[in-house]
Amino acid sequence: MAKATPFRSGDALAGLCAESYQERIAAQICLADVPLTNFLNEVVIPYESDEVTRLIIDGHDHIAFSEISSFTVGMFRDWLLSDMVDTTKIQQLQFAFTPEMVAAVSKIMRNQDLILVSKKCEVVTKFKNTIGLKGRLSTRLQPNHPTDDLKGIAISIIDGLFYGSGDAVIGINPATDNPEKVYSILSMLDDLILAFDIPTQSCVLTHVTTTIDLINKNAPVDLIFQSIGGTEKTNTSFGVSLRLLQEAYEAGLSLNRGTIGNNVMYFETGQGSSLSANAHEGVDQQTCEARAYAVARIFKPHLVNSVVGFIGPEYLYDGKQITRAALEDHFCGKLLGLPMGMDICYTNHAETDQDDMDNLLVLMGTAGCNYIMGVPGADDIMLNYQSTSFHDALFVRELLGLNPAPEFESWLYKQGLTDDQGKLISSKSNHPLLKYINA
Amino acid sequence: MHKENEIIKHDSWEVLKKHTAARIALGKTGVSIPSNQNLSFKLAHALARDAVYDLIDKKELHHNLDELQLPFLFLQSCAIDKKQYLQRPDFGRKLNQQSIDIINKEDSNISYDICINIADGLSADAVNKHAMPLIHLLIPMLREIKYSIAPICVIEQGRVAISDETGYLLNSKMSIILIGERPGLSATDSLGVYLTYNPKVGNNDALRNCISNIRPEGLTYEIAAQKTIALINEAMRLKMTGVCLKDNNNFITN
Repeated sequence: MAKATPFRSGDALAGLCAESYQERIAAQICLADVPLTNFLNEVVIPYESDEVTRLIIDGHDHIAFSEISSFTVGMFRDWLLSDMVDTTKIQQLQFAFTPEMVAAVSKIMRNQDLILVSKKCEVVTKFKNTIGLKGRLSTRLQPNHPTDDLKGIAISIIDGLFYGSGDAVIGINPATDNPEKVYSILSMLDDLILAFDIPTQSCVLTHVTTTIDLINKNAPVDLIFQSIGGTEKTNTSFGVSLRLLQEAYEAGLSLNRGTIGNNVMYFETGQGSSLSANAHEGVDQQTCEARAYAVARIFKPHLVNSVVGFIGPEYLYDGKQITRAALEDHFCGKLLGLPMGMDICYTNHAETDQDDMDNLLVLMGTAGCNYIMGVPGADDIMLNYQSTSFHDALFVRELLGLNPAPEFESWLYKQGLTDDQGKLISSKSNHPLLKYINA
Repeated sequence: MHKENEIIKHDSWEVLKKHTAARIALGKTGVSIPSNQNLSFKLAHALARDAVYDLIDKKELHHNLDELQLPFLFLQSCAIDKKQYLQRPDFGRKLNQQSIDIINKEDSNISYDICINIADGLSADAVNKHAMPLIHLLIPMLREIKYSIAPICVIEQGRVAISDETGYLLNSKMSIILIGERPGLSATDSLGVYLTYNPKVGNNDALRNCISNIRPEGLTYEIAAQKTIALINEAMRLKMTGVCLKDNNNFITN
């Protein structure tokens, strides 16, 4: 599996990658002949020592699998691309697919294959709005601030709303895990959302244990966030387990805050997180990543995104590797039934730039990505990396004819922020949102 | 003739810019960002890229360390160039053989309290600007408490954990490293300080303490020096650094 993976720095760092171009393609040719049933009989991390493996094996849908049980990896690719497979078929088989099967097939696919099959998928989730419908592209408004200054955060939110961003979630990475601070951010978000009746949900991306404590203190929590990985050891390094995630999930459900649905979880993942925690167990980083999706899907999340270019050049070195990984992550997540978004992003020590991100943005738009990030001017001043901007979201929506979530689209019109064609209107300085921020 | 303000739609909330460093109210042409904003972003990125590939100004450091009458060693990690350094953090955590030989020429019977390292990390710019001003404040404070100081290790293409190896080889109770942090668009010259008690190869990051964002516009030299000394004193008392040290000692705040 590792040797068949398109080259990336993280697998080289782990000492897992093919030594030559020839060896890599030879490994892909071998992999294409591997029967899918092998992935059920020969696990990559032992069943006894890893709860993620147990989750994958115990949760496998044998009945649905019978339709593809005779396939090899190569046949699996051909079948996915064929006219026999459509949206419904993929949805029916989502628990027949295991992470290792979809990771394996992605390794022998070209970028265009990953895009075309992703495009067949549709994963729709609901909380206070509907995310993931075909023809829609949502954004997570990410108004981070280096000192968690409430006014600073609120200003970036207003900026984003005026630019039509924020339907997936208004989600803040706090600079500190301090519970009182997190509580104050949650309250500010809740007040704003209620005051303007915005059909969206909020989230402060802090550790689940902090969020559970805050729920017990009656904090207004919409979505519950957690970073997760594809091995038990990775999750241990994140301070979580399946049991703790289940506890967080139940705590979120108990609040009943979703108005039209109850997808309450928000997960982030990313290739390289297992290796960086020295918890990859000899498994290549893309397969580890796909296994994280098996964890995510049992909690019926509202949102899942890979932070593809964030983890650093020692895992994905340049624009080519980041692009490839993003397409793989989106493809694997969608096949496994997840509402995949993507943090199309990079750090300043990666060999890439805005042009590479523009290319990837267009590719993700065509692949049917559920949501991207919306950061003022693409510059996250707290996390010090570059993601997609509000303008970038407008660009890809205009280019590909995509619209925000339907409820949010209507809200933008009612607020006088867009015209009846969905085009942004220049907002007057007396708009109530501006009065609110200045009050 | 079209005027600029006919083409570009300015935002009516530009006045809010004064409350945040975020790139808000950029305006738009069509759905895209105006030329001046586009180019100012690209310039910030270019500065950050250059900072990653900058080199330590060894001549200047040499001069300054002489002035403080501090012996020093110029060392290198196993990473042969920046490209390899970025892809192989494991190489950046190890001294090359030549550097090990240099340290081994030191008298192995002498032990020290503090081993100070200076490494380029991801921004030599940060090191060139801020390492010496901080050292200038730290050294008199350390000397006053009578901590013995090992020869200063100036390390090219080093990562934080390389201070485990230098500290160990130089028989030091603690190793601290001043290192360039990953450049952002708003600041390319943030310096970080990491402290490790009982340095030895294989220590993980949970065993260290960190002081971040040291630069005149961020955490000032004076506060950074005070925090460093407070952490050193506390680490010497408890004989440890890491998560425990941080949790129990909220006195180390701004």
